[in-house]
Amino acid sequence: MTTLANAQLDADGFLTNAEDWTPELAEEFAREAEIELTDRHWEVIDFCRRDFAEKGTAPTVRRITKVGGIPTKEMYQLFPGGPGILAARISGLPKPKGCI
Amino acid sequence: MKKLLILGAGTAGTMMSAKLRRKLDPEEWSITVVDQDNEHIYQPGLLFIPFGTYRRRDVIKPRSRYIPAGVQLIQTEIERIAPDENQVRLTDGTALDYDFLIIATGSQIVPTETEGMTGPGWFKNTFDFYTLDGAMALYDALDRFKGGRLVLNTVEMPIKCPVAPLEFAFLADWYFTERGMRDKVEIVYATPLDGAFTKPKASAMLGGLMDEKDIQVVPNWNTGEVDGEKRVLSTWDGQEMNYDLLVTVPTNMGSDVVERSEIGDEGNWVATDKHTLQSKVAENIFVIGDATDLPSSKAGSVAHFEGEVLEENLLRAIEGRDLLPEFDGHANCFVETGFGKAVLIDFNYDTEPLPGRFPLPALGPLTLLEESEMNHWGKLAFKWVYWNLLLKGEEIPLAEARMSMAGKWR
Ligand SMILES: Cc1cc2nc3c(=O)[nH]c(=O)nc-3n(C[C@H](O)[C@H](O)[C@H](O)COP(=O)(O)OP(=O)(O)OC[C@H]3O[C@@H](n4cnc5c(N)ncnc54)[C@H](O)[C@@H]3O)c2cc1C
Repeated sequence: MTTLANAQLDADGFLTNAEDWTPELAEEFAREAEIELTDRHWEVIDFCRRDFAEKGTAPTVRRITKVGGIPTKEMYQLFPGGPGILAARISGLPKPKGCI
Repeated sequence: MKKLLILGAGTAGTMMSAKLRRKLDPEEWSITVVDQDNEHIYQPGLLFIPFGTYRRRDVIKPRSRYIPAGVQLIQTEIERIAPDENQVRLTDGTALDYDFLIIATGSQIVPTETEGMTGPGWFKNTFDFYTLDGAMALYDALDRFKGGRLVLNTVEMPIKCPVAPLEFAFLADWYFTERGMRDKVEIVYATPLDGAFTKPKASAMLGGLMDEKDIQVVPNWNTGEVDGEKRVLSTWDGQEMNYDLLVTVPTNMGSDVVERSEIGDEGNWVATDKHTLQSKVAENIFVIGDATDLPSSKAGSVAHFEGEVLEENLLRAIEGRDLLPEFDGHANCFVETGFGKAVLIDFNYDTEPLPGRFPLPALGPLTLLEESEMNHWGKLAFKWVYWNLLLKGEEIPLAEARMSMAGKWR
């Protein structure tokens, strides 16, 4: 089983292969970010993984709010500091592309 | 008679109408372009209006003047695109059928996406410069400004012309210096990015310039609310910043018609193949310019580079041939840095802006990722190039669709 100790991560610390993800790994990523996962976090993670499977890119916060139904303000409470990046990392997705 | 329909007569739609009228036999193909009004605004010029360098008349011309003979321009708002019926409906009830459709409806600012932004402070202490009205009102506000804290803020990415907020900061520094009051003005740039810009080398270079000019960059700032009465800008996670004058680049989104037609994502950007420019909505729909969901910059220069690829691919699609995956995300932008200088950056999907020299026939090389006066003249010359070459779909001496590594230093 993949754990943080043997997981393949990219230069930014994101899982290289989204299929290696396990719920246990999510717990480990969350612990690193000092986040304790609640049901609400899991709703976000489930949405992120489903959306990634469909679209091939990690969803933006705007998308998690509009399509996933989690208010932006709550996203910042659930994932303090950087909800887009943290939700992607914990969900085992690649780093969201900073468009320019 | 076969029908090509183009939605939007801005930079990309106007350019494509000119390019394709030259290529498609008028006996066989009609071309129609739809836009909601007849005022074509040279958007890069909006940056210069708040500082009095350009006036209203410098940036606005009738759209109809740039639509070539043999192309019909309809001035009505577009209501809905119905891909299953190959039809577009306008708000006056007209229905337009098409064989091929090009969506070039651009992007717009949506200040109402941020709580409080359009409240009591709007156009009193809070202004945008992405619209002509905003830029004109900001001219008066800067003129009246007696000093204090000027906060410049990008609400969220993506925005069109992602360097424009930096340019505004540099020009504000110059403007207040010229007025002999730079010491009375604190300039702060609050950005959701983790630095001055996204791409590492350009971010370091431009961030260095911000430091030199005493412009404070506040990174990772995710604006959630504006209180125009108390003059406070706050983030989603509760950080606050006071301002005397707020210059905002509000949320940018694709056109409402994309949302109404249910063919876009959460930002109303249309799903588009990033190399062929064919939409993922239907095979006979192509997308160009700011309207796409491509991971490239939203800029006039990008629309120009996309234009060459779209022209080729649309002609191929008409003939039933395979499309070429030619678009590489190429963008180049002159970044005004104040005091009559500018920086030129040139990049694509895979290569970030690098320092070096940009080969320019006849005039000599332009410096890349380095300030120079020549680049500033390049920026001002872009206005002439825009009206006289770009909109007419002509070749631009600077510019080939694919980025070149010539002259770039790794
Ligand atoms: C302040 C500022 C500075 C900039 N500086 C630069 C620069 O230095 N260099 C550069 O390359 N780019 C710059 N840009 C970006 C550049 O202007 C845009 O990327 C470019 O104009 C995009 O072209 P477009 O055809 O996709 O969209 P647009 O030119 O915006 O055209 C879209 C058109 O669609 C029409 N439309 C939309 N919805 C509807 C509807 N429902 N019904 C009818 N009509 C509709 C609109 O009226 C509009 O005319 C700048 C932009 C701004 C705001």
